[in-house]
Amino acid sequence: MRLSLNGPKARSGSPKGRAVDMIQSDLLILLPEIILAITAMAALMVGVYGGQDRLAPMMLWATSAAFIALAVWIGWVGQGANVAFGGMFVDDAFARFAKVVILVSAASVLVMGEGYMVRRGLLNFEYPLLVAFAVCGMMVMVSAGDLIVLYMGLELQSLSLYVVAGLHRDSVRSTEAGLKYFVLGALGSGLLLYGASLTYGFAGTTGFEGIVRAASEGTPLGLLFGLAFILSGLAFKVSAVPFHMWTPDVYEGSPTPVTAFFSTAPKMAAIGLLARVVHDAFGGAVADWTQIVAFLSVASMFLGAFAAIGQRDIKRLMAYSSIAHMGFALMGLASGTVFGVQAMLVYMAIYVTMNVGTFAFILSMERDGRAVTDIGALRLHSRQEPLKALALLVLMFSLAGVPPLVGFFGKFYVLQAAVGADMAWLAVAGVIASVIGAFYYLRIVYYMYFGEDAGSLDSPMGPAQWALLVASAAIMVVGVINLFGIEGPAAAAAAALVD
Amino acid sequence: MENVLSIVTFLPVTAAGILALFLRGDDEPARRNARWLALTATSVTFVISLFLIANFEPGDTGFQFVEEREWLLGLKYRMGIDGISMPFVMLTTFLMPVTIIACWGVTHRVKDYMIAFLTLETLMIGVFTSLDLVLFYVFFEGGLIPMFLIIGIWGGRERIYAAFKFFLYTFLGSVLMLVAMIAMYQDAGTTDIRALMVHGFASDGLKVLGINVLGGLQTLLWLAFFASFAVKMPMWPVHTWLPDAHVQAPTAGSVVLAAILLKMGGYGFLRFSFPMFPVASELLAPMVLWLSAIAIVYTSLVALAQEDMKKLIAYSSVAHMGYVTAGIFSANRQGIDGAIFQMISHGFISGALFLCVGVIYDRMHTRAIDAYGGLVSRMPAYALIFMLFTLANVGLPGTSGFIGEFLTLMGIFQANTWVAALAATGVILSAAYALWLYRRVMMGELVREALKSITDLSWRERLVFAPLVAMTLLLGVYPSVVTDIIGPSVEALVAGHDAAVAEWSESPLRVAERTGR
Repeated sequence: MRLSLNGPKARSGSPKGRAVDMIQSDLLILLPEIILAITAMAALMVGVYGGQDRLAPMMLWATSAAFIALAVWIGWVGQGANVAFGGMFVDDAFARFAKVVILVSAASVLVMGEGYMVRRGLLNFEYPLLVAFAVCGMMVMVSAGDLIVLYMGLELQSLSLYVVAGLHRDSVRSTEAGLKYFVLGALGSGLLLYGASLTYGFAGTTGFEGIVRAASEGTPLGLLFGLAFILSGLAFKVSAVPFHMWTPDVYEGSPTPVTAFFSTAPKMAAIGLLARVVHDAFGGAVADWTQIVAFLSVASMFLGAFAAIGQRDIKRLMAYSSIAHMGFALMGLASGTVFGVQAMLVYMAIYVTMNVGTFAFILSMERDGRAVTDIGALRLHSRQEPLKALALLVLMFSLAGVPPLVGFFGKFYVLQAAVGADMAWLAVAGVIASVIGAFYYLRIVYYMYFGEDAGSLDSPMGPAQWALLVASAAIMVVGVINLFGIEGPAAAAAAALVD
Repeated sequence: MENVLSIVTFLPVTAAGILALFLRGDDEPARRNARWLALTATSVTFVISLFLIANFEPGDTGFQFVEEREWLLGLKYRMGIDGISMPFVMLTTFLMPVTIIACWGVTHRVKDYMIAFLTLETLMIGVFTSLDLVLFYVFFEGGLIPMFLIIGIWGGRERIYAAFKFFLYTFLGSVLMLVAMIAMYQDAGTTDIRALMVHGFASDGLKVLGINVLGGLQTLLWLAFFASFAVKMPMWPVHTWLPDAHVQAPTAGSVVLAAILLKMGGYGFLRFSFPMFPVASELLAPMVLWLSAIAIVYTSLVALAQEDMKKLIAYSSVAHMGYVTAGIFSANRQGIDGAIFQMISHGFISGALFLCVGVIYDRMHTRAIDAYGGLVSRMPAYALIFMLFTLANVGLPGTSGFIGEFLTLMGIFQANTWVAALAATGVILSAAYALWLYRRVMMGELVREALKSITDLSWRERLVFAPLVAMTLLLGVYPSVVTDIIGPSVEALVAGHDAAVAEWSESPLRVAERTGR
């Protein structure tokens, strides 16, 4: 870790004044999170006392505008590596990269889900605010430099997500999803806490730097156990196999905009957190955790590929697809190198973009005003909506990782990381899983283009939703030129995380 | 004109973009515009590629028209062609306008059809012009998408099964190649094909999972590339996707598949396996030779038993590709010259044969052989053309098929007499199935009621066949058109291979191994 402590600069003044300076500069580093939290709370008050859900669309747009503004601020203004509160909160290039991805994807998902929520009477003012709280938690997660901060961020995120999963109170499915998510998420948090307490017991500190120091000369067995439990807890959040069981049910049951949200920003946050823990806290025990992560990766890729074959519900299908994709992202991490982290970041950015586009389409799938999730409904959709079908076709081939679309370059990146770390076996397993997985993406193309009789599907789309779908498909095609320059920031981010 | 290769490569896809963005509607004028735009784009591409051949220096064995630009991932966008890729580029640009005219009669989703073919042309030309490993892969794999759609949307009754089989089969083959490519990148630090050709990958024995691998890294990489190219070729026993894909694909799709897509496998062997892994090629050549011999005899026998015309020609394609693989891995000048020649000539002949089937399929809507008979009395011009290409397929002297088969057999004979003997029986078998097909479809009494009103070739169809007839005969009587271009490059290729193999067999480790035994 390259951290420039910008605490007390040689300033004249009383010790008290210096302490105030210190806190001030610490708070400055946290400013984006603080602003987001305070605004969200204030908006919550307005909503409660104003008592009107008619403010909700305005709040939704305001929240996503705030996300975009924060993303621009963090992405453009942020410089160097700063730590606050004695290393508990880290603001470096890695955190900034992850935050920009989280904020932009959350903003897109909010905007494109508006129509769906309004049509089903689900758009109450809590929805955008809960998302804002979750996003705030995610931003803390990727900046965590301490197990306590990690847990705080994680719980802020998770608790908000449990509630949004059950947002559709009248639907048994949605409530079930919320409850299931809560119970299994709590189990994951429990595992994580247990691991954190073991780590604290053996390292004597909860700070990542202290843990690295404790593990510097040989990892004690207790610390290894702590590592294993922390990884299991985080694997729950990433939905990596064998901790994935909640994913399909929660994806299926939640309202579709919420599902879209689940499959994008929280994934980035969780895997960012995972990367931070393994590299910052357990950077001395690379050989130990790469085995675990490699196992998670292979298991996720294969389960995601096989289990999705039998799915006819597009939301469940996307759940398994996201499990498989997390497996690929973990492959980058499993290589344990700087390049691996870079590959993982690029992969996640591409994955999130593809998912935003795909869900923009899924959100519009309805018949006579009722949401449809059966993929059979897509039959010959290319007749009715040639452009939308073409966009989805591009996204499906990109998700399958077929060149020349950008999804392929994400896969290429992580495969290269794996081969570079002498894990050719992992790369071979990955490509075989990707061939199996290609089948179900192709099946969606098959329904849209090859069928004989048309399934009737209306796809009402707001302009924002349409723009996101088309833009994400266009990015998949045009990105082949230079990936929109994402590699430079990703490389800087990876270098900031790993020495 | 230093980026002429990029222009040739990307012109068709630009036209496809224009079609996709600016052409609206599906009425007759819109269809006509789509067809004419596609024909114009492919023709202009062909004309520009003539500029390539006019400025090409056959004596120079290096790469020409080289372009190099920064690309993503630290890779470079590199283009260039040498004597080996030149004929394939010409074959592609030459055949595409013909293909577009051949599908003039399609009325179902014409615009999409043209977009698919134009995109496919870019991806096919790119395979032959790219000078970078990853760029090659992008083009090589990208071709699957339009072909999947062509088979799936415009294909026959079983098209969905065929499209999926085609896609997944070839995708599985090539992902292993992708891993091998990444390993090569790690090992050599570059993906420049020129640099990789002289890199010299390690050929010391390795132990993988407790098995001794002779030829080490080279053998492993070779096998990964083989998985991809053998499926694409296709070689026995991984050829089973081809008959399905051919039978179900629309006529123009079959033409492109047989005439160009299959050649990518052979080109890959020549561009990658053979020069980059010379030791592995030497070690594994006997396997390839025997697989090819089996392919020639087995698929020829299978072709004899077919009831479906397209399937018969598909199996005959597999047999003819057997000559190509055997010729390449006979590792001598005649063999490789012959293999390239055979690929080019097969491009014209098999394309024309599929068009021939298409002609009567359009009229009668069946491909079953026993639904025909006695066509010669109603369709004399068609009978003549079908006869010509049937004989060219058999390898009649005076047609291009003969030169290809003769050269490859000569090469194979020097490498392995038994394989040559078996392969030569393939010539007899091919005469058997091709002439028997001709007899059943063309000769005899015209007894079927439905055939009594069948019409002979239209002007458009004659226009389609004319260039193919001309090329088949030209290459048959004047093969130097091709061999002059490929000659020097092939000579350099063989020389490089021989040197690398000689160095390897003289290496102390190898000598010790031999004397120890």
